[in-house]
Amino acid sequence: MKLEFELDTYKSEIKPTWCPGCGDYAVLNALQHALTTLQLEPWNVLIVSGIGCSSNLPHFLSTYGFHAIHGRAVAVAEGVKLANPDLHVIVTGGDGDGYGIGVGHFIHAMRRNLDLTYIVMNNEIYGLTTGQASPTSEMGMKTKSTPIVGVIENPIDPIALALSTGATYVARAFSGDVKQMSELVAKGLEHHGFSLIDALSPCVTYNKINTYDFFRKRVYDLNKEGHDPSDLKAAFMKALEWPVMQRDRIPLGLFYRNDKVPTYEDLEPAYKKGNPVKQALGVEDADEILREFL
Amino acid sequence: MSTPEIVFRIGGAAGDGVSSTAESFAKMCSRSGLHAWTYSSYQSVIRGGHVWTQVRGGNQPLLSHGTDPNVLVCLNQQTMDVHQGDVLEGGAIVFDSDLVKPDPSKLRKDVRLLGIPLRKMAQTITPTGIVRNTVALGAAVRLCDIDFRHVESAFQDIWGDKKPEVVAHNIQAAKLGVEAVQQAGGSLKLGLRFTEVPRYLMTGNEAVALGALAAGVRFHAQYPMTPASSILHWMAAHGPQRGVVVKQVEDELAAMNMAVGAGHAGVRSMVATSGGGFSLMVEAIGQAGMTETPLVAVVVQRGGPSTGLPTKTEQGDLNLVLGAGQGDWPRGILAPRNTRECFDLTAKAFNLAEVYQTPILILSDLYLGEGFRTVDKLDFNVPIVRGMMAADGGVAEGRYKRYAYTDSGVSPRVLPGTKGYQYIAATDEHMESGELISDILAGLPEFVEERRKMHEKRMRKLEGLRKDMPPPELWGSPNADLTLIHWGSTWGAAHEAIRHVEEDEGIRVNSLEFPALFPFHADETLRILKGVKKTLSMEANYTGQFARLLRAETGYKPNFTFPKYDGEPFTWREIADKILEVVA
Repeated sequence: MKLEFELDTYKSEIKPTWCPGCGDYAVLNALQHALTTLQLEPWNVLIVSGIGCSSNLPHFLSTYGFHAIHGRAVAVAEGVKLANPDLHVIVTGGDGDGYGIGVGHFIHAMRRNLDLTYIVMNNEIYGLTTGQASPTSEMGMKTKSTPIVGVIENPIDPIALALSTGATYVARAFSGDVKQMSELVAKGLEHHGFSLIDALSPCVTYNKINTYDFFRKRVYDLNKEGHDPSDLKAAFMKALEWPVMQRDRIPLGLFYRNDKVPTYEDLEPAYKKGNPVKQALGVEDADEILREFL
Repeated sequence: MSTPEIVFRIGGAAGDGVSSTAESFAKMCSRSGLHAWTYSSYQSVIRGGHVWTQVRGGNQPLLSHGTDPNVLVCLNQQTMDVHQGDVLEGGAIVFDSDLVKPDPSKLRKDVRLLGIPLRKMAQTITPTGIVRNTVALGAAVRLCDIDFRHVESAFQDIWGDKKPEVVAHNIQAAKLGVEAVQQAGGSLKLGLRFTEVPRYLMTGNEAVALGALAAGVRFHAQYPMTPASSILHWMAAHGPQRGVVVKQVEDELAAMNMAVGAGHAGVRSMVATSGGGFSLMVEAIGQAGMTETPLVAVVVQRGGPSTGLPTKTEQGDLNLVLGAGQGDWPRGILAPRNTRECFDLTAKAFNLAEVYQTPILILSDLYLGEGFRTVDKLDFNVPIVRGMMAADGGVAEGRYKRYAYTDSGVSPRVLPGTKGYQYIAATDEHMESGELISDILAGLPEFVEERRKMHEKRMRKLEGLRKDMPPPELWGSPNADLTLIHWGSTWGAAHEAIRHVEEDEGIRVNSLEFPALFPFHADETLRILKGVKKTLSMEANYTGQFARLLRAETGYKPNFTFPKYDGEPFTWREIADKILEVVA
């Protein structure tokens, strides 16, 4: 069957500028596959990113895009989605952008259960600024900003954070498995509510610890081991396996999905008047409004 | 200059119901056909402290909250101690005779002392005596000859059908106050003319919200902060039923970034805050400048620096909004002088934001934003101009250039969702298509040129914007001996001071004022300044932020300055005194 939108129709003329071997290529590839699977019209997709190597991603796609400032991509995306709920709004960025400087917006967007899909390319390092510790860098990791004894802070556990904050679709993927990642992204896009895909995306230049080999030795598909994504309690237990509790096994796959929670858009009273961007301007009941001031 | 007027002042501790009583009183004035003007001096506490509010009512349009009261209500001893000496000759002081003692040696002559057992009377209605302020309100109503019908209707509006017993208790309490005054000499015979035609009474913040609604705002984001919060409150209560998404957010970073997203998606989008919140918005408003995203940002100033004086007024954030954001980007700054302009300039700001695809700032302040004033009926049929859209002219030929170079600097935009026009808006420097030049291309010879051209394109928008901004106005007598230079809410007290010195002292003074602060009308301002003699620049900040802007733009240095940074608004009397000092 001929598709209306082939894989290539989602690619822009701009070639990625990432280092050879960067995990972000796989994320771009997976996203393009997911868009193709769902046959989303490129002009009805808007991808918002922050700042960092991974945040250049929207330039390599043929959809609409907004390359925002550092840490604020989620907030910009919330504004876009609230103003035009008909758009498919995707947020992409790195661990520094989303789990560090922008973690406040991340938490509150999940609490709102807005219908956004957030793909975090998590490489556990700051790459674009040439190798400082990130909020997901592991204890003891030596970086340019932690050269003497290494990192002495606990890493953020984005999966546990998302589960506890109200995200209704929580998954982890790995750049070494594009097929699984693309399926997780496509399901996240289909999901009605806030979807987090924490994408383990190795930085081949600045992170010599969390390499492809590091992950390949440890990852496993939690769904194949019988995890039930409707079970929130079990999802928490799985989330804690890494990085909080162990280092030898890293679960990938869908931790949690709940389609029964209303989204923010479902509850927003302004939408009774229609999609804000499509409403006529002007006020119909000026006299009634003014009467309360008499 | 002794036209009849009411100046009603009520003081007590926070939690005594001072401001709600005064607000009711202002409503009763406006419903009696009077012009009204309020000022509330309060503190950042929920209980305790010293709070007072003044309501001025008169037959002529008012310009300020006035100075000394003819009716003072003291709910506690501190109010009596602080304010008793201010009460005008022939005025009255209402106080709780069981709790408060006046000091007759401090009074002006012929001030009537009305000690009424407010609490005890109130306790005959409810055991807590919570309506004691309403007993005092009833006394003031009788002193000023306000029709009791307006008391009943005001209470009905506040508590209405939901709490009929509260309405009944308050009416009963007000009647006790009326009777107490009746037995102690009756009204002050102030000589006001009342009519059956009520006037509209609102705050500057409400007028901003109304202007935004009239202009078709569809997204409003805000984090609570005094003195801007009432914009959020009004919008949250009235916006959603009219299609406006109103969002209280986690912080001002989110407010501004969401507004950028909403503006980018194509709705009329706004934020409101005070200086502290705006400080958090600074990076993101630059993002709007760079991505050429329309939005309106309202900054209701309070005393700074830092947390500063949360409940006091100041004009200290001009430098902040002028310089907000790294690098240069085009912005417009409007500064409403009065409640009416809060409405008009906010509505206009949305047009300017969309026509020039850049943020427009509205600089208000606590005195203007929170004070209740009467206004003529507002016309909601404001012009709506949405600016150039590329998609109006059909499908893009070849790749759509969102940031196309144009003479005006304005590039036709499209809204996401439009087929065939997909582009990237980027906060990095970019080419006409939106493609970055900041990464691998920056520094290559042709991209040095591209950067220069793109930066010039953006900044060129200021030329058109300047022409569309309201010009400076010279108000008052020609050939004046002195010209006042000021902006924003200082307008009313300045005009009133000018009237006084002209009528009482025969000194001719006029006023040069600026409803728009940036882009600056330098040529027009210089033309006006060539025709004036001496100038006195006055603004509510320490460094003379506007005077510095004026000098930077025109080279002109005012002869005299009058900075004020005590947190209180300018009064006409202190301006009049300053005028006399500098022309002597």
